[in-house]
Amino acid sequence: MNELKLNMSASPHVRDKIDSSKIMMYVAIALLPASAFGIYNFGLQALAMLLTTTIAAVLVEFLYEKMMKKPVTVKDFSAVVTGLLLGLNMPPTAPLWMGALGSFFAIVVVKQLFGGLGQNFMNPALGARCFLVISFTGPMTRFIYDGVSGATPLQALKSGSIVDTTSMLIGKTAGTIGETSVIAILLGAIILIMLGIIDLRIPGTYILTTAIFVGIFGPVVNPEVSFFDPYYITAHLCGGGLMLGAWFMATDYVTSPITKKGQYIYGALLGILTGLFRLFGGSAEGVSYAIIISNLFVPLIERFTLPKPFGKGGE
Amino acid sequence: MSKAKDVLLNGLIKENPTFVLMLGMCPTLAVTTSAINGIGMGLSTTIVLILSNVLISMLRKIIPDSLRIPAFIVVVASFVTIVQFLMEGFTPALYQSLGIYIPLIVVNCIILGRAESFASKNPVFLSAVDGVGMGLGFTVGLTAIGVVRELIGSGQAFGYQLIPLADEATGQAGYVPITIFILAPGAFLVLAILVAIQNKVRIEMAKKGKKVAPAKECGEGCASCGAGCGSQVFPTGEAEDKKVEDKTDKEDE
Repeated sequence: MNELKLNMSASPHVRDKIDSSKIMMYVAIALLPASAFGIYNFGLQALAMLLTTTIAAVLVEFLYEKMMKKPVTVKDFSAVVTGLLLGLNMPPTAPLWMGALGSFFAIVVVKQLFGGLGQNFMNPALGARCFLVISFTGPMTRFIYDGVSGATPLQALKSGSIVDTTSMLIGKTAGTIGETSVIAILLGAIILIMLGIIDLRIPGTYILTTAIFVGIFGPVVNPEVSFFDPYYITAHLCGGGLMLGAWFMATDYVTSPITKKGQYIYGALLGILTGLFRLFGGSAEGVSYAIIISNLFVPLIERFTLPKPFGKGGE
Repeated sequence: MSKAKDVLLNGLIKENPTFVLMLGMCPTLAVTTSAINGIGMGLSTTIVLILSNVLISMLRKIIPDSLRIPAFIVVVASFVTIVQFLMEGFTPALYQSLGIYIPLIVVNCIILGRAESFASKNPVFLSAVDGVGMGLGFTVGLTAIGVVRELIGSGQAFGYQLIPLADEATGQAGYVPITIFILAPGAFLVLAILVAIQNKVRIEMAKKGKKVAPAKECGEGCASCGAGCGSQVFPTGEAEDKKVEDKTDKEDE
């Protein structure tokens, strides 16, 4: 059997060194600034929550794969990213078991039951967050900052109060662990863009569409706001989970379109849904639902934007 | 009698309407917020199913083929109306909580499906047994979903508080109900997970060489079936009924 080894395979023949586990590792690293700021902002309970969700996600993935006698894929960092993202989406004051339950739901129900990494039909972390918000509305939407139970800037904005956009930019406000600081999130986003993990198409379209939607329809819901009011748009862009969602969750490879045209459509859909939920919906925040609903449209978007092979289907 | 037993078990296990045939999904998903609701819905459907199967089987030689669907609907609707009035009179609480889903039994696929694929082709006694089997299969399915949803979603079983709830006001430790399970998404989650567990068990049993029914041959649509029932209005496993008949015929010989 000393034949010449010919590697016969279909294209592509040139492969990059980067693989899923490296990408996931970079995403985890890019989430560190937001995590660090969350811990600085909310204290040790935020650290405990992040550790709980991350460790629970990895542990559940390991146990499930062992139990089902599947290859154990814990080393690919995807469970770490899911757990960390879920933790960043939790209010710091929520009980720790809630975070662990969310990790269980994200990994087992949203990810593994559909076939594991690459098969999940929606973002596991956001699926779990919505599961928790629907189940435990009280603890999941109660935000305590500096010992005072109060509204998030977005809730304050919705009820017509004036919010301080500077502190929203820095992140010294109430909210979930990872969503408050726009600067820390952008720092992570820049890392991902420099490494080529994500590009501007989805987050750019998403944020721009949200800004335009809020600019046009802001005066409809709030008579004190003028058409394309810069203060109102800034507050919407810096408030809530928009930045975290746009840069880290809408760009999830598995649940976003692969075609360029599709990515623009997906981004626009995200922006319109977010604006719709925030301005006309019952609650102040709408990013999570906008992203998981748009995730469901991805197969449809891809179907209609898949380029035709050269020579086929032309005139 | 072995044929009657086959027909009974067929409805209960092999072609369980909820977990295998996936029929009657509308009431299955909508009313199973508690075990009591599941049983109530299941039993009222069972009664309608038995009565309509018997009557349609009696009339099977009279009903002209081209008019069979309207005729079936009239029979089913009459029985549903009777059941509805009886429930309103004797179990008002259950009637209230099941609401619109009682009149909707008329359009339940299981009833029309069994009329079409079984009662209109089989003698009265077998049709009655088929009604019992399918009806109980439906009841078991609904109750199973109801028990799981009620237990996780409110810590209760059949209305009895099984796990003490946590009280935030007094700081009392206890179970915090996962409310999503008694809301609509919970119905889909529980149904899907129960079906997945069942299929897993079926596949494991098949691997061990035990003789069990395949997880519904018609499930992948008429094209993959090959049993030649493509012209059926309702793909409700007529092919399998034929097989049961064939088998018993051979045994008789």
